Amino acid sequence: MALLSKKDANLILDPLADNNPITIQVLGICSALAITAELKASVVMSIAVIFVLGVGNVVISLMRNIIPSKIRIIVQLIVVATLVIIVDQVLKAFAYELSKTLSVFVGLIITNCIIMGRFEAFALGNGPWKSFLDGIGNALGYGVILIIVGFFRELLGSGTLFGFPVLGDPIEKTGLYATGYENNGFMIIPPAALIVVGIIIWVQRSRNKALIEEA
Amino acid sequence: MGLKQKMHELKLKYQGKKMAPAFNAFHTFLFTPDETTHGGTHVKAVDDLKRTMNTVIMALVPCLIFGIFNAGYQHYSALNGFPENFSLFEHFINWDNFILGATTVLPLVIVSYGIGLIVEFIFAVIKGHEVEEGYLVTGMLVPLIVPVDTPLWMLAIAVVFGVVIGKEVFGGTGMNILNPALTIRAFLFFAYPTWMSGDKVWVHGAVERSNEIAAGANLDAISGETVLGFLAQGNTQEMYAKFDLAEMFYGFIPGSVGETSTLLILLGGLFLIFTKIASWRIMLSAVVGALAMGLIFNGVVEAGWIQDYSKFYELMRFDFWKHLIVGGLAFGIVFMATDPVTGSQTNKGKWIYGFLIGFISVMIRVFNPGYPEGVFLAILLMNVFAPTIDHYVVQGNVKKRMKRLKNATIYPKTTEGSAEELKAETV
Repeated sequence: MALLSKKDANLILDPLADNNPITIQVLGICSALAITAELKASVVMSIAVIFVLGVGNVVISLMRNIIPSKIRIIVQLIVVATLVIIVDQVLKAFAYELSKTLSVFVGLIITNCIIMGRFEAFALGNGPWKSFLDGIGNALGYGVILIIVGFFRELLGSGTLFGFPVLGDPIEKTGLYATGYENNGFMIIPPAALIVVGIIIWVQRSRNKALIEEA
Repeated sequence: MGLKQKMHELKLKYQGKKMAPAFNAFHTFLFTPDETTHGGTHVKAVDDLKRTMNTVIMALVPCLIFGIFNAGYQHYSALNGFPENFSLFEHFINWDNFILGATTVLPLVIVSYGIGLIVEFIFAVIKGHEVEEGYLVTGMLVPLIVPVDTPLWMLAIAVVFGVVIGKEVFGGTGMNILNPALTIRAFLFFAYPTWMSGDKVWVHGAVERSNEIAAGANLDAISGETVLGFLAQGNTQEMYAKFDLAEMFYGFIPGSVGETSTLLILLGGLFLIFTKIASWRIMLSAVVGALAMGLIFNGVVEAGWIQDYSKFYELMRFDFWKHLIVGGLAFGIVFMATDPVTGSQTNKGKWIYGFLIGFISVMIRVFNPGYPEGVFLAILLMNVFAPTIDHYVVQGNVKKRMKRLKNATIYPKTTEGSAEELKAETV
């Protein structure tokens, strides 16, 4: 990567794997459980978080020297809230059908621990360019897990991907359903997301032993 | 010597290799190992894990055999009508029932053991430890607590899930929080509810028949409604017309494969208590808990707090002691709640743990909107709470003894001053 120095590239690449906000820091679990029953919702949520966290980190980083530290949480909240409202309005304007099902969850981005966590831990102490990279990196790391979980949950739970029936029609009994296969209702309910995230963490740690904490 | 010697040589050949646990497991499964322990002092006891597991399996065998005959009996009775004057040998223990039961129940047993042991072997090889005996009992319990027509691939997936997520991720046999057999059943229940509830799945052939009817065949539908199913729909009269109390107790009713016969479960339970494998405290307190909840519900009906248009009315009105002889309550209490790994360890804890299992089972049974049974949910819930119960029992005991120590007069008591000193040191 000639575009970025090695240090800058690590800001983006680290959160994708070895410092992933969901699987390593275990942040942002709530939305990972709530919205991953469908792949489409996972993708839209990921894009929204990439926007909010990327822009939010830059804004906070620019203001970092003028925010009085006593009220910094409130300032951070206002920044997130503003950005979330922008996302919500854009969705309403350009993808109304989608926004009807997603607006509840988009509103919940405000409570996503990853965002406040990165503001506190990174943007308050670093310049705008670094903060931007860090925000994008963490949001991508979040999005990757969301999409993996959403993929398995939608495929096994509903037999579709992006709403497109890939395994056949369960009512007409075509495709895989002709052999007696049935959708797994367990994957639709939120506890399944917890288990899928758990399995991802398990796979990740058995591939990279350095991630395992001392007992 | 032949085979044994050959197995031993194979074992030595693969010692320290990756596949060693697999060879060791086969060897100890077939023969007594010929190594002896070296050095140190050891206590040799016959009641090792393998013996414990085998005893539980012995207690389960009557239920399995009964389940095989009952599968056939329910199927043919649903087709041809229930016999007028029931005679055990003429209508129940005959070849037709046995053959049909064996062809439907034995595949469940084979899949359960086959898939479960494959998973155990894989984990033993990866982790490099001995293959554990833990699956022996689970593999036997699983086919007994599912409906007879459960598709085999669903059972296979559920077994993989139950063994991996329910047991291996926590560190294998002895480390699991939840009972693996019940984890498997819970997975099946939430993943494929249409195959685990309703009035069709409990009798072999009923689902197939209803599909044929839906496709236009001119046949009579088979109903395999359970006792609790009738009650949940408010058809108490119909239920009593179909089943009498003796049938419920002996187990000639539809239900999961091995859970119907309270008599045989009772015998199995007595056998486990007699051999000191299972805790009588848990069994007794669970029965008391179930009766207590049943009495409360009966009292609510008696007091007129609930009207007969309520959907819970018939289940609540069901006599409190009859809860023990229908559904999976007896089987759950005797074989699942007493699991020594997932249950409470302290004696006082066992009373609390058992009581709550019985109490919550009947509560869920009455209030569960989707399915009039809740034993497996109650036991899983209490499995989670068992360590908490034990913690408070132990802490309570510590507190009690500290108090006793504080008030104790400590001898020898020469002067006031030295007694004080001594007390301060001990406390």
